[in-house]
Amino acid sequence: MGMEFLIANIIVLILTVVASLVAVLLRDLLAAAVAMAAMSLLLSLEFFILQAPDVAIAEAGVGACLSTAIVIIAIKGTKRTEDE
Amino acid sequence: MSGMSKIVKTSVNILFPLTMIFGLYVIAHGHLTPGGGFQGGAIVASGCAMIVVAYGSKWVFKQINEKRLSTFESIGGVGFITVALLGLVFSTVFFGNFLAGSNLLFGTTPATGSTGADFNTGGVLPLMNFAVGVKVIAGLFVIVLVMAYASSVKEWDT
Repeated sequence: MGMEFLIANIIVLILTVVASLVAVLLRDLLAAAVAMAAMSLLLSLEFFILQAPDVAIAEAGVGACLSTAIVIIAIKGTKRTEDE
Repeated sequence: MSGMSKIVKTSVNILFPLTMIFGLYVIAHGHLTPGGGFQGGAIVASGCAMIVVAYGSKWVFKQINEKRLSTFESIGGVGFITVALLGLVFSTVFFGNFLAGSNLLFGTTPATGSTGADFNTGGVLPLMNFAVGVKVIAGLFVIVLVMAYASSVKEWDT
């Protein structure tokens, strides 16, 4: 647990929060789904930094791929933009 | 849901075999490396979801029978419990590892010390990983497939 470990940890966590804020604030739902996938991928990177590669693979597979596919399918079935 | 453009289809055609190989590798090496039945099954189901998104659910429904996916999920669950009960028969306890050290399937005793990983070890753990993998692939793929098909049907929105 050196200094660079701490710095990488802080950077990845800040990027995760930024990606989730972008996902909340965007009006275009397809872009918000992509931002959520990016958040999930950064979270799996954080799990990998914390030395849990099992959880990282599960998070990358389910969070970044499958839930994004389901959300994109749901957006294709409804409207793309959010109402004010 | 209809299919997407030719660029997306070509990209999926290239990426789909690589995703399949990686997912099956994670399932098969579940007792040696990080990952296992659930993680590898989620990766393989992601590849199948990629096919659904690129080609459309109607095309996928023409290729496969969704009743067979339900059968595969049942085979996974029944196989897992069967291997666990075989542990009760051939060993002493439920989930007993009766294949470890028996020099049969996956039964080699691993060498001690700092050696390379031996794939042929682990006893019943690879079999249980295969069972969980089949169950997770079928379950997650049928979730995505039914979601895509039901959102493309326009008749029953009254």
